Amino acid sequence: MSLATYIVGIVAAALVLTVVLVLLGRRRLRERHAVWWLVAGALALIAAIFPQTLEWLSALLGIGLPVNLVFFVGIAILFLVDLQMSSELTRLDDRTRSLAERVAILQLEVDRLREASNGPGEQHGEVQYETDRGPREHREP
Amino acid sequence: MTRLLIVLPALNEEASVGDVIAEIHDEVPDATVLVVDDGSADATTERAAGAGALVATLPFNLGVGGAMRTGYRFALEHGFDVVVQVDADGQHNPADVPALVAALDGADLVIGARFAGTGDYRVRGPRAWAMRMFAGILSRSARTRLTDTTSGFKAAGPRTIALWAEHFPVEYLGDTIEALVIAARAGLVIRQVPVAMRARAAGVSSHNPIKAGIYLLRATMALAIAYVRPRSAYGIGEGL
Repeated sequence: MSLATYIVGIVAAALVLTVVLVLLGRRRLRERHAVWWLVAGALALIAAIFPQTLEWLSALLGIGLPVNLVFFVGIAILFLVDLQMSSELTRLDDRTRSLAERVAILQLEVDRLREASNGPGEQHGEVQYETDRGPREHREP
Repeated sequence: MTRLLIVLPALNEEASVGDVIAEIHDEVPDATVLVVDDGSADATTERAAGAGALVATLPFNLGVGGAMRTGYRFALEHGFDVVVQVDADGQHNPADVPALVAALDGADLVIGARFAGTGDYRVRGPRAWAMRMFAGILSRSARTRLTDTTSGFKAAGPRTIALWAEHFPVEYLGDTIEALVIAARAGLVIRQVPVAMRARAAGVSSHNPIKAGIYLLRATMALAIAYVRPRSAYGIGEGL
């Protein structure tokens, strides 16, 4: 391994860690999501600085080519992160749906209250809001 | 005096929703009608409101499951005793509603079944096999003979409303099969009443064999997931 390769490995790993930490600091990344990226970055940095650890661990696990260990761990981490994202997406979807249902019911109740407060015969009361759907048709009382 | 809420989940039904509401007012004058507009691009909300129904307009499309859960939530919050789901396209005959509600005496959930002798609703191919298989499996869970588990025409009593306001499934096909699985596993008493489907409904089922096959696969998966899910997911661990 040439010195250049050695340095490129360290710089790449350090870059990953820096980006994750900066995003964390700016609150652009939740700690819950950052954990796996931090683990991946830290492992990459260790393997880059001390390539012997990679060789030692590969020998211990009976892996012929140390680079295969890198691929294995890398794919495993990506898989876990992806699974976490899917699960998170499901949860967000549930919440969005629930909110949409609540909004629909609240909108219905607000419309009825507004109608009731405008009173019969006052089709165009003083309080006239426009919703994002545009002005609503007034219903027959 | 039971307070009856009729819920119509509606997606782009501006052509029929007004007539269906008028017909419900004629046949079941005591009922409150709630149309849940499932993100329609047309004038469904305006037509329904014009016909004198309450309208809950969802901000975007959630599917029948989401629309119906909105209806059950509304019913629970406003103290309705009975919710009847009626399709907004006119395939369900509002004249059958009183029979469904009457059958709730001694039951928690009544299904308007299309293959129970009345009417001439027919389905063939993989879709028919799937429906027969679901009917067999669900009949065992519900400890009663059910012949039409994919019917959208249902009457729900207070215990079912309480369960479904929280746990009505919103996934694909959840509004029919999984909803029944949840009710059966919660120990609710399910019953069916024969009804006739009207012309509009008959024949609209897919005749495309590939689509029917996909339907069979997805429905089977939905059913399997519904049974695999732990009872605690529905909050029904200790019975209702």
